Amino acid sequence: MDLHFGDSKPTDDERAAVDALLGPPESSWEGADRSDADLRWARGGREARDRRDLLLPGLHAINDRIGWISEGALDYLCRRLTVPPAEAYGVATFYAMFSVKPRPATVLHVCTDLACAAAGAQELSAGVEAGLGPGVHVERSPCLGLCERAPAALAIKAGDPVRTAVCAPATVRDAVLAATSPDSAPEEPPAVMAVPQAGSPDLVLLRRVGVVDPSSLDDYRAHGGYTALRRAFELGPAGVIREVTDSGLVGRGGAAFPTGRKWQATASQPDHPHYVVCNADESEPGTFKDRVLMEGDPYALVEAMTVAAYATGAHRGYLYLRGEYPRALRRLEHAIAQARARGLLGDDVLGQGYAFDIEIRRGAGAYICGEETALFNSIEGYRGEPRSKPPFPVEKGLFGKPTVENNVETLVNVLPILTMGAPAYAAIGTATSTGPKLFCVSGSVDRPGIYELPFGATLGELLELAGVRERLRAVLLGGAAGGFVRPDETDIPLTFEGTRAAGTTLGSGVVLAFDDTVPLPRLLLRIAEFFRDESCGQCVPCRVGTVRQEEALHRIVERTGAAAADDIALLREVGRAMRDASICGLGQTAWNAVESAIDRLGAYE
Amino acid sequence: MTAIPLGVPRRLVEFTIDGEEARVPEGSTVLDACRAAGKDIPTLCHGDTLTPKNACRVCMVEVEGSRTLVPACSRKAEPGMTVRTDTERARHSRKLVLELLASSVDLSTTPQVAAWLKEYEAKPDRFGPEAARLNEEPRIDNDLYVRDYDKCILCYKCVDACGDQWQNTFAISVAGRGFDARIAVEHDAPLTDSACVYCGNCIEVCPTGALSFKSEFDMRAAGTWDESQQTQTTTVCAYCGVGCNLTLHVQDNEIVKVTSPHDNPVTHGNLCIKGRFGYQHVQNRG
Ligand code: SF4
Ligand code: SF4
Ligand code: SF4
Ligand code: FES
Ligand code: FES
Repeated sequence: MDLHFGDSKPTDDERAAVDALLGPPESSWEGADRSDADLRWARGGREARDRRDLLLPGLHAINDRIGWISEGALDYLCRRLTVPPAEAYGVATFYAMFSVKPRPATVLHVCTDLACAAAGAQELSAGVEAGLGPGVHVERSPCLGLCERAPAALAIKAGDPVRTAVCAPATVRDAVLAATSPDSAPEEPPAVMAVPQAGSPDLVLLRRVGVVDPSSLDDYRAHGGYTALRRAFELGPAGVIREVTDSGLVGRGGAAFPTGRKWQATASQPDHPHYVVCNADESEPGTFKDRVLMEGDPYALVEAMTVAAYATGAHRGYLYLRGEYPRALRRLEHAIAQARARGLLGDDVLGQGYAFDIEIRRGAGAYICGEETALFNSIEGYRGEPRSKPPFPVEKGLFGKPTVENNVETLVNVLPILTMGAPAYAAIGTATSTGPKLFCVSGSVDRPGIYELPFGATLGELLELAGVRERLRAVLLGGAAGGFVRPDETDIPLTFEGTRAAGTTLGSGVVLAFDDTVPLPRLLLRIAEFFRDESCGQCVPCRVGTVRQEEALHRIVERTGAAAADDIALLREVGRAMRDASICGLGQTAWNAVESAIDRLGAYE
Repeated sequence: MTAIPLGVPRRLVEFTIDGEEARVPEGSTVLDACRAAGKDIPTLCHGDTLTPKNACRVCMVEVEGSRTLVPACSRKAEPGMTVRTDTERARHSRKLVLELLASSVDLSTTPQVAAWLKEYEAKPDRFGPEAARLNEEPRIDNDLYVRDYDKCILCYKCVDACGDQWQNTFAISVAGRGFDARIAVEHDAPLTDSACVYCGNCIEVCPTGALSFKSEFDMRAAGTWDESQQTQTTTVCAYCGVGCNLTLHVQDNEIVKVTSPHDNPVTHGNLCIKGRFGYQHVQNRG
């Protein structure tokens, strides 16, 4: 590899930020001052190259400290990791939270996505922009995962340490305050505030949220923590997989793939090592359930990942957490450290001679990294572009090795499966959609939040619980990649088969309600804009198709009937090709919501 | 005694293409099989010596049992597969992809594409006069080659050729994302400030003319570039002992560019700066 570094040098601060992550450099080959020995001796190339996966943490380190990534800082990081600067530049410019241009140390992300748009995000961002001086960069952001408290804002102030403040529901005054002094911003409400059913004895997945102290391992154990892992050790890996298979658990991230089968396929791969990856890059607009689980019951996720690793023969797990969740990050960092200190992670988990540890990787603002193979690329220090499948992750996943990847909600389901046993778990829900399901309800309802219901409850029952308001106009099921249904379709059963039969999808469990004050064409435009913005750009149908769709929607935003017909026909043609020819689910589903709004809601009639 | 090296015998995979039986050696792609069967499938990002990136999506075919269409260039043939290359669905998708591409970049120097646009009745104009395009000025920052990203379809071939598949210099990659994604060197600098070693291997693989010899670029600008008047002669580079094969493209008795045969076992199309660009001395007739 020809490595070429420019003349720009890092500032002391930038160097310190990188060294804090990687330790001081050992020779001039990796960025230290030149010594005599360096002329005769080179070391570290291969070793450093093997840690390419530290590129993303390295970019975070610089961005956290300085607020943006200069040429000198990027070159220094590249030197330390033996990464070609062109590639690192490609990675740095992929993520929305990084900037390679100078900008103020404080960035205020104001959500302008669906729930927030309906709750006045426009006025909020305009007000904030007017109220803040040049010292703060205001960024209009996609969903921040705080939809139950829309409109939302997140302030990030670079420095050592970086400071963050979450502000939701945000007023102009609060958001300005959070941006100017994040430290004195009011405390975020506890996670349990997002669980309207809290305290109900029927809860399975949300049982501990608001009940346990999320910082205390002892409290977690006092509330039944680690009984599932003990049971797992009794059953042995094959026994765990059998239970999970018998439980009928399927992935909760939207694809609904049988979890037991995935685990079995990974466990039986002869190639080693195996990895466990938890997808906590919850970025689907309207979704916030993983955040609440991680903030309210972080040890549950640590335990569930350990179970998954044990069952599939993995000794290392990666938790890929979206970058916009500072509190979940803090809680999980703490939980992992505690678990490690108490022998629940590390070389000898629970004294069973089984080694497992978890590394947290922070995303940096890219919805596409929720796609499993894009997530692997992101962890590995490459651009978060989806890989083409086959080969599938169970065979060649993270670092090209067999990998089981599950999202937070799926993993957390494994605990009750083991504690109550597969038959009891499978008795919840319907015959083909078993177990409890989390729904993120937001928009025009009185009690937005996460609801846990057994599969099979109807949309109407869920909306009833959440206090649906008068004059409901539409419900978006499954998030931006899902579809709209009409207010008279509330008897749709919330199961995979039921939604499929109704020609829609459950997706990730998003239920966004809109009353008739929300201008539908604007909403659709926002969805189109979202996909255009989040496309990785790799394949033509998605890269260009999302742009052409947004353009067509712009043209018809104020038009209906015959005047819109041509553009609707165009949208359909483009949408069909995107669905058929895009590499990954983003391009394949980008047109779903708009199509359903045209077909089911008559959006432009 | 002369030993004749025999490859490991490969099993044959049997499947059907458009209703006809096809048998190809294990590991072949659907595209290989289709081409062997005489089917014409357009490709843009597929290259003969690079791992297909399958990003352009013009080679999509229908495979029974698959929810979406499948890129022929990178999907391996599997026993029992049923492939359809010319269905309405596959044609629709190819047409749209060609339209989307042609509406956003300048395909005027991409070979074959004009014929495909016609065959699939693609009408790139129908996205309206306001349709977003790249609209970038060519980057002319050195004497050897020009980067005209207005013509770039983001096929990733140059990235792969500069990176681990050919040259191992890693001077270029894709920066940005979505519609704003662009081929770039580090910090989006001029080429002269980058890690580029001017081997020109990226030009060798670029399917669209987005990367081209300065000589070709200038002649095209002056209206004197005329491929029908050019001859191609493959010879051996005289600079060093490696013995790379050069193909000299000559117009009016002047070398106008140098390429390299991809089937050459020594270089597979790779050259270095001297072989690729150092031909002026041949023309010093003074
Ligand atoms: S469909 Fe979109 S997001 Fe997915 S690979 Fe293609 S360009 Fe990237
Ligand atoms: S410059 Fe050429 S080779 Fe490189 S991505 Fe663009 S079209 Fe492909
Ligand atoms: S192209 Fe370069 S490496 Fe090849 S023979 Fe000529 S001088 Fe040598
Ligand atoms: S936080 Fe704004 S839409 Fe989700
Ligand atoms: S040639 Fe197959 S996707 Fe480009």
